[in-house]
Amino acid sequence: MRKTIAATLMAGFTSFGATIAAAETLTIATVNNADMVVMQKLSPKFKEKTGIDLNWVILEENVLRQRVTTDIATKGGQFDVVTIGAYETPIWGKQNWLASLDDLGDSYDYKDVIEPVRNMLTVNGKLYAAPFYAESSFTYYRKDLFAQAGLTMPEQPTYTDIKKFATALHKPADNQYGICLRGKPGWGENMAYVGTLVNTFGGRWFDMDWKPQLTSPEWKEAVTFYVDILKNYGPPGATSNGHNENRALFSSGNCAMWIDATAAAGHIYNPAESKVADKTGFAKAPVAKVENGAGWGWAWALAVPNSSKKSDAAKKFIAWATSKDYVTLVGETQGWVSAPPGTRKSTYANPEYKKAAPFGETVLKAILAADPTHPTAQPVPYAGIQFVAIPEFQGIGTQVGQSVAAALSGQSTVDQALQSAQTAVERTMKQAGYIK
Amino acid sequence: MRLKLDTHAALSVAGWLAASALFFPIAWMLLTSFKTEIEAVATTPSLIFTPTLDNYITVQERADYLKFALNSVVVSFGSTLLALALAVPAAYGMAFFPTKRTRGTLLWMLSTKMMPPVGALVPVTLVFRDLGLIDTLAGLIFVYALINLPIVVWMLYTFFREIPREILEAGRMDGATPLDELRFLLLPLSLPGLASTGLLAVILTWNEAFWSLNLTAAQAGPLTAFIASFSAPEGLFWAKLSAASTMAVAPILVFGWLSQRQLVRGLTFGAVK
Amino acid sequence: MNQPIKGGRGVNALPFVAPSVVILFIWMIVPLVMTLWFSFQRYNLLSPELSGFVGLSNYSFLLTDSSLWIAMANTLLLVGGVLAITVVGGTLLAVLFDQEFFGSKIARLLAIAPFFVMPTVSALIWKNLLMHPVNGVSAAITRALGLQPVDWFGQWPLFSVVVIVAWQWLPFALLILLTALQSLDHEQKEAARMDGAGPLAIFWYIVLPHMGRAIKVVVMIETIFFLSIFAEIYVTTGGGPGLASTNLTYLIYLRALLEYDIGTASAGGVIAIVLANIVAAFLVRSIARNLDA
Repeated sequence: MRKTIAATLMAGFTSFGATIAAAETLTIATVNNADMVVMQKLSPKFKEKTGIDLNWVILEENVLRQRVTTDIATKGGQFDVVTIGAYETPIWGKQNWLASLDDLGDSYDYKDVIEPVRNMLTVNGKLYAAPFYAESSFTYYRKDLFAQAGLTMPEQPTYTDIKKFATALHKPADNQYGICLRGKPGWGENMAYVGTLVNTFGGRWFDMDWKPQLTSPEWKEAVTFYVDILKNYGPPGATSNGHNENRALFSSGNCAMWIDATAAAGHIYNPAESKVADKTGFAKAPVAKVENGAGWGWAWALAVPNSSKKSDAAKKFIAWATSKDYVTLVGETQGWVSAPPGTRKSTYANPEYKKAAPFGETVLKAILAADPTHPTAQPVPYAGIQFVAIPEFQGIGTQVGQSVAAALSGQSTVDQALQSAQTAVERTMKQAGYIK
Repeated sequence: MRLKLDTHAALSVAGWLAASALFFPIAWMLLTSFKTEIEAVATTPSLIFTPTLDNYITVQERADYLKFALNSVVVSFGSTLLALALAVPAAYGMAFFPTKRTRGTLLWMLSTKMMPPVGALVPVTLVFRDLGLIDTLAGLIFVYALINLPIVVWMLYTFFREIPREILEAGRMDGATPLDELRFLLLPLSLPGLASTGLLAVILTWNEAFWSLNLTAAQAGPLTAFIASFSAPEGLFWAKLSAASTMAVAPILVFGWLSQRQLVRGLTFGAVK
Repeated sequence: MNQPIKGGRGVNALPFVAPSVVILFIWMIVPLVMTLWFSFQRYNLLSPELSGFVGLSNYSFLLTDSSLWIAMANTLLLVGGVLAITVVGGTLLAVLFDQEFFGSKIARLLAIAPFFVMPTVSALIWKNLLMHPVNGVSAAITRALGLQPVDWFGQWPLFSVVVIVAWQWLPFALLILLTALQSLDHEQKEAARMDGAGPLAIFWYIVLPHMGRAIKVVVMIETIFFLSIFAEIYVTTGGGPGLASTNLTYLIYLRALLEYDIGTASAGGVIAIVLANIVAAFLVRSIARNLDA
């Protein structure tokens, strides 16, 4: 009799314990961008569906990158889901630090994911991170100012056009500046933009032997154009302006044109966040000599580190957060203009989205044109449009960004800046073993 | 000390001018926390506007302020108490029984602080990982106590040296042991010094944003992690950051004000006379 | 003041001092040894398969960088500039706040407040809300006066960083110096006044020497913190334009940590320690000579 009671109790406890164990907790590390904040806000829906608890670690981009990289490289095991970008994914995928995500199920509809975005996150045919939102770059401009000055922005402007417009619309006395561009030094700040400029002028970061090309005529032309237009027709203090500062300037009505991330479109279009919501027009990223790499390509994606012990639950979360249903959930609860952009064709085919976000067409075209495998006119040994997917690029890009900022602020000439950048990059490439 | 009326007035003006100048950026931050994001970055910053509590509400919805604040309190005060406990005897020994090696030891202690944290990041992370201390409050308390120890020792050493010898000698004549001396004479006399040292250690720990971000994840993050989730996202954030920062600064500011009274009291030497 | 108190009991100070020293020693030795170890290796977090002893090549990579000298010069300028402002300003403010005036306690609290704000937040406030040439307060003021706004971070990057750091640390100096000032015997000052000494003479000959030790503490502690200023530079200028506001810590970050090159970062850490020790030794010698310790 006692044995039966004992056995029943044991069975009872075990199943009870199993139920408790099923209430798993995932630790998720993510950036503090608006779309991720929405994801955190909607996460109770995920808990309802699966019973899995979520612990959020939300940090700003650079801190997050450092924290997550340190954790994964030292196998700290603190995170089950990490948010990484199109830059880290190829590098970490190659290192075998991430679980491959090709098994998220048929309902995930891999074919719906926009192809260039999928390519950004695939290494050797395996998908290592699921895209959460993606962006390219294009041109924002003030329809009202253009109309006033009798100018029309073509659907595909050239940089000659841009120069013409900037000159005509630069009225610093009224706090109106012809063009606002990123000037703050950083591989993801000013160099993201300058990188696309160099691409479209026909230049490239490295030749096929990994020799830096910073003193080539294409680089010189591109950087001279950049320094000239921003110094003469841009806002003061441009060397401190990154994406955020320029977004603030454009939203407050100080810029006639702005070439930057497509992901900001929803916010510029939102009257609660900008004074120019009804006055903004959108055009493609300008081109100069070649079309390659005129607009950049970036995606924020969710991945599972191999050091996590909860990869099944983690994959469930990722499948949920990057699915069509999630996009619909955001559209219905937060408003369609805030749906995560750039990842799925179904988003752009959705009539609700088209109504709420008329710039969607232009954004989609920009993303489709951003092919990270053919970023430049001349052949290159690397992938990445506005970055080079090698670990050393963070340092290289930032150093070059500083030299370019020095040229912009007048502390050095363009030639001096490019020469010192070239030397610095050569040293780094030698130290890292790419060139002898 | 009685002062003439115009000296008093002049001093008041000068004092308030200096205080306002120093406080202005914080006042501006406080003001900004009640503006909308567009107003915060307006080209002509405005002093008159309709205040809104939206930023505070958003901040509280997004991040559990209390949890972060509690972590900050535990880590700052815990590590300061630990540091003081280790430092008081050490400073006592060095101040009153100095040997030839005292100055060398002091300088060596300070030099341990000269290693930039970026250099020690990976070694410390590896050690902590192996000890299972990552993302724990205990780990953070330990790290901060050790980081602040050199400074706390140095400052206590200085304040102890301020104590007039006569009082301690008098006590010794009366048969006090070193421990009695410590408890009944030294600590009460150096209370302002202890208080200001403690306060500074608490503030330094409260605001330290390197180890607190790199050694924590979801559980032990203090207010610096809270702030890092509001600074520099993609988009307009200065109003929200101002609100978050006000919430992060408030507890430590209140604590500072309360401990001010300890600092104001001057040392009295009634015992000597 | 340097002689041990004669208590007649030959008290051994070791048991008091030992625990702190031993714990600090262990704490310091382990990361230091590991850092030294890494500094002789090639160790990149992102390519862990490439590792091995590389002798001094990490050091030579840093030392042959022409930017190193610029960074060192900037470091010294930064430290010197902020020290000058905080020590001089702190002393004057301490004297001011030592007096009783209308609402002095509240004014004192306001003056101390900057130290309580997180450095990252301070830097962001200064950069975007105060010093920004388009929508900052300083731009609004200069525009109201009819002048062109000053591009603080573009034209005067190092100076701007000095201003921000000095603002944060003035309260620290004020606090320590005020506490030291409070222990000054008022009767000494009264006696001097009776003898006909003016306020400036009292300040120079009585107040200042009394604060000597406290000033030394402030200088030593602040120097240690200023040698590794990082957050303010990172948030505002990113070391630029060019290298104009890059100090040694930031240079190490740029050349090594950004690429997760732990070997070079460790070598940089060792170089920074050596530099800091040189500066500290120099400071101690020169200050010890001027102020009676």
